[in-house]
Amino acid sequence: MRYGEIATAGVLALFSVYLMWKSAELPIGYISEKGPGGGAWPFWLSAIMLLSCVCVAFNWWRGTSPLSQSDAPFLDGHGWRMLGLVGGGLIGFVGLIAVISMYGAIAVFLLYYLRFLGRHSWALSLGVSLATPILFFFFFEGAMQITMPTGLPFTDPVFDFLYEIIY
Amino acid sequence: MEILSLLGSGMLLAMQPLNLLLIFVGVTVGLFIGAMPGLGSVNGVAILLPITFLVPPSGAIIFLAAIYYGAMYGGAISSITLGIPGASTAVATTFDGRPLARQGRASLALVTAALASFVGGSVANVMFTLFAPVLASVALSFGPPEIFALMLLAFATFVGLGGDDIPKTIFSICLGLVLGAVGFDQISGAPRLVMFDINGFIQGIGFLVLAIGVYGIGEMLWTIEESRGEVESSNPKMTMRGMASDAAEATREGWKGATIGSFLGFFVGILPAAGATPASLMSYGVAKMTSRNPKEFGRGKIDGITAPESANNSASTGSMLPMLTLGIPGSPTTAILLGGMVMWGLTPGPRLFLDEPDFVWGLIGSFYISNLAAVLINLAFIPVFIWMLRMPFSILAPMIFVLSIVGGYAAMNDMFDIWLILIFGIGAFVLRRFDYPLAPAVLAIVLGPIAEPTLRQSLLLSSGDMSIFFTRPIAGPITVVALILIFLPALKLLRRGGAKRGDKAA
Repeated sequence: MRYGEIATAGVLALFSVYLMWKSAELPIGYISEKGPGGGAWPFWLSAIMLLSCVCVAFNWWRGTSPLSQSDAPFLDGHGWRMLGLVGGGLIGFVGLIAVISMYGAIAVFLLYYLRFLGRHSWALSLGVSLATPILFFFFFEGAMQITMPTGLPFTDPVFDFLYEIIY
Repeated sequence: MEILSLLGSGMLLAMQPLNLLLIFVGVTVGLFIGAMPGLGSVNGVAILLPITFLVPPSGAIIFLAAIYYGAMYGGAISSITLGIPGASTAVATTFDGRPLARQGRASLALVTAALASFVGGSVANVMFTLFAPVLASVALSFGPPEIFALMLLAFATFVGLGGDDIPKTIFSICLGLVLGAVGFDQISGAPRLVMFDINGFIQGIGFLVLAIGVYGIGEMLWTIEESRGEVESSNPKMTMRGMASDAAEATREGWKGATIGSFLGFFVGILPAAGATPASLMSYGVAKMTSRNPKEFGRGKIDGITAPESANNSASTGSMLPMLTLGIPGSPTTAILLGGMVMWGLTPGPRLFLDEPDFVWGLIGSFYISNLAAVLINLAFIPVFIWMLRMPFSILAPMIFVLSIVGGYAAMNDMFDIWLILIFGIGAFVLRRFDYPLAPAVLAIVLGPIAEPTLRQSLLLSSGDMSIFFTRPIAGPITVVALILIFLPALKLLRRGGAKRGDKAA
């Protein structure tokens, strides 16, 4: 964690500099009879962010922050595995929305999580992963009238059938 | 006496069978909409507005006000049970509500939140009834410098919320404010901070995107990693006697937070630009600062729930005041209510109390009845909310992920925002590992769009002279208090450093 803290402060400092540079695309000073320019607010806030990163680095150098004295790794093997399986599952979930619709992606993600990560029985996994998107469909599309992405055209017959029920 | 008789006739109107039914239906619908991450009172009121044409105007506004009340109660439920604040007004409730739920005391947290909301709503109703016209004129005296000073005070309370690492807290506040500035410059209309020239940033970054990313994704990843995936699902007991003892404990331990939240919340709520979010946050900050044991906040302190919950309900009622008396909406929901009133042929403003006394006093009477109905319905549904917590964590966790993504899409209707939620979630997980507090960033993204225009308008008024924040009678003291609060932790740290050096020298 010791080197992780200074590396994070470095990355955040670079991000702050990038934000300052982007903010400066608009005026950052005081314009007579117009007030502060459009970039002033984010520019000076980003400058304070940069200053905060310098302070974090200074505290790290002095060894006053708990993390600057920690030899623990950022994540151990289990942590990386968890991040890969859960984080990867989430990325897959969001990626699938454009293909098999929001409701289809919910079903696939729940089945993946419950059966393969949670090690629940097939009956429970299938039951929850099918019931949840159906319930969500009638709540959002029927009651709240909020339309969710329906994916590629091959899902149309399913949605035509479901829309016929609620309209 | 005249006020009491007007209020009495208003309550009688609100208790007519149709209106009573509308109140109960509205509160129940609002409670569930508010409990759903991504949906808040604004969704409920907007969606059900067309239905109100089926009933007379007084019944219609009573119905919408009941939804508003129910949703304000419901906001705390997802904060406590799932750890995801469904609305910005319920962010501060997660700080102590969630830890209490994880200790297996979700029933206490939910009962506390319901009772605090009831107290906040009741105090606000009495203040509303007695002082509506006077308070409306006080709210009008708040110009841009006063509102900015108030925002500065809210940011000052963030510094106290972030823990001991002040540079990381300040970084978090500024990050939230900068993210809130992404999109368009509100004054010139020019695109601003369109990062990496990705067009999705032009529409800005909403509060919910960051809040769901941080709490729905980041917090869950952190919990799964810390617990090695073996989180013990809490098994809270729920009995009538248990609820009665929870209510007694909430009253005993939380009266101070509820008092602060009710009064401070109402006052912040009536200010046209402020609203329930800064009100709940400031109340939490003040409750923590005035507590004998501030270090217990964030670990399941009862005052940490009563202060924000009473404040957000009090502020919600307060925000109705400028809407009715001046025609100025104090929040997005009241803006829709205002639109509804105009559609029903009513003109909000100073003459409304004179021209439409039945309507106004019927509405005020319905506030009292809705508040009572909301607390009863909320308490009755607590076993249902508790049931959610009995689910094994390996079922609850994917449900929370799904709710986060679906709720995020329902609120924003944009896939770009869903990808941002994921990025913020993973970023929040990494930053949390390195002890960066993220609650200040979430709250700053809400207040940034209020703070920036008021700062710019103030500096335009003073031709760039910063002394405008110190010389005006209301803004001056607020600014001074805010600056003291910002620099106090730094001074404490310096003193502590000095004392350590003194010890070493000795």
